[in-house]
Amino acid sequence: MPERLTRADVDRIATLARLELTDTEKDLFVHQLSHVLEYAEQIQQIDTTGVPPTSQVLSRMPADRPDEPRAGLTNAEALANAPDPSPQTGLFRVPRVL
Amino acid sequence: MSTIPFRTAREIRDAVRGRSVSAVQVCEHALATIEAANPKLNAFLTVARDRALERARAIDREGHTGLLAGVPVALKDNILTRGVTTTASSRMLQRFVPPYDATVVTRLEAAGAVVMGKTNCDEFAMGSTTENSAFGPSRNPWNPDHISGGSSGGSAVAVASGMSPIALGSDTGGSIRQPASLCGVVGLKPTYGRVSRYGLIAFASSLDQIGPMARTTYDAATALAVLAGPDPRDSTASQEPVADYLGGLTGDIRGVRLGVPGKMLQEGVEAPVRSAFYAALDVLRGRGAELVDIDLPHASYAIATYYVIATAEASSNLARYDGVRYGFRTESAGNLKEMYERTRSQGFGPEVKRRIMLGTYVLSAGYYDAYYLKAQQVRTLVRRDYEQAFQKVDAVAMPTSPTAAFRIGEKIEDPLSLYLTDVFTVSANLAGLPGLSIPCGRTPNRLPIGLQLTGRPFDEATLLRIGDSYERETNWTEENPADAGGS
Repeated sequence: MPERLTRADVDRIATLARLELTDTEKDLFVHQLSHVLEYAEQIQQIDTTGVPPTSQVLSRMPADRPDEPRAGLTNAEALANAPDPSPQTGLFRVPRVL
Repeated sequence: MSTIPFRTAREIRDAVRGRSVSAVQVCEHALATIEAANPKLNAFLTVARDRALERARAIDREGHTGLLAGVPVALKDNILTRGVTTTASSRMLQRFVPPYDATVVTRLEAAGAVVMGKTNCDEFAMGSTTENSAFGPSRNPWNPDHISGGSSGGSAVAVASGMSPIALGSDTGGSIRQPASLCGVVGLKPTYGRVSRYGLIAFASSLDQIGPMARTTYDAATALAVLAGPDPRDSTASQEPVADYLGGLTGDIRGVRLGVPGKMLQEGVEAPVRSAFYAALDVLRGRGAELVDIDLPHASYAIATYYVIATAEASSNLARYDGVRYGFRTESAGNLKEMYERTRSQGFGPEVKRRIMLGTYVLSAGYYDAYYLKAQQVRTLVRRDYEQAFQKVDAVAMPTSPTAAFRIGEKIEDPLSLYLTDVFTVSANLAGLPGLSIPCGRTPNRLPIGLQLTGRPFDEATLLRIGDSYERETNWTEENPADAGGS
């Protein structure tokens, strides 16, 4: 039986997910993800006509609080875990875009 | 208090309050126990020795009388601790030092608890064995060749091996209840929204919930009393009034109606688990509970539903790990896009990548309706099953896990076979319900078995009352792996 996913599918999903996969990982994922999707397809058998989707289960709407300014992290705290901080400018540094 | 390891939180708290032992003595004992047992069991990734001793000294100085005065607690390593490395057991966060504490940490410390350190888990809480940790698996104290369960495996091991009487875990599809079951301790997943998640590293935001693990139901109830309540920093933390969990532990369960979904238990449950489960029901019936056969018709679809929804949410939540603001960044990247892709490929382990891929797929154009929307509709049906059951019963009883702890490595090659072991736990997360796992037996090889109780939203009190009542007649919580010669 053919797998649910092709190598091209895995390439497409990896691009969307910003993952660079090795050839070994791709082969493994074609197989493993197909296997899981095949199992997940059992939900297609259920008649859900007119059933509303559940995206969250809170019985009441989330609580709001007054929108007042309060202290957050300092610039130094926000930069403390950065892989390439620029403390002089107070910014995160990244490689060139293109 | 000659041997502090294996004392309950209640005993330690009472002794510290009564000044028969100091918080510093308790803390030093806990540190020594960790030092002796952790190299073999790998429960702790980080021991916060200085922070713990400093806190213990402050408790002695103040004469703290809080609900957890002087009680050591361990925290799953996806719960943020200011100044103490928090990794989610991932290379991605190997050197991440949070600038703030999670609300649960603040609440525990205000009640007098002493944070001992951070426990191992599956990477980003994705898994049920801790084999997905970037830092090696935790080992079951009852037999170190066997899994601890997961994802909160390190927390379960810390409690079961006497390193810490209380530990916090997080539960997205069973990650508190299942390792509690497999390690022979009590684990409570509160109702969705009962405990603040501010400072919890997100996995699947409509399912994640923090909760306590402990040696007894009384200790778990004590911890919940400290943790529960609204939080201005978490809009999903409920305003629902907090019940008197400890006052409800009367031992009296006469007239409590307990639902048993018999049809679900016919297949796939190991024989020792099945017999321990039905023996536990006999004990509860003997104490006055009424057993009622119920049906949860969509329960067999819960795993498929769960893995669509949880991976979809995970793929979105984990998009933040991009190597820019915090966490790991690749060494080699010519431009920004390469930096993103290589950072994520080198920083995440195989299971996390698998789930991100699956979640991205079910959310992608052309598949969204067939998988994600459909799963959300089935989620509604799973909830309705429980709503109907709770018109007839006060709680639902099932085994926590269909098997006891299996050997490390036994299922690692086949992700789906592992996902299927979540059969009894995921539906409580889909429906947002509280779930309690308590020890109820051992296999012939002395591995622990757990009984799971699932309740109405915000009715943790009934689950705790049943669990405590059961413990009054049984002695599973009094045994420990050291007695069994296991560690």
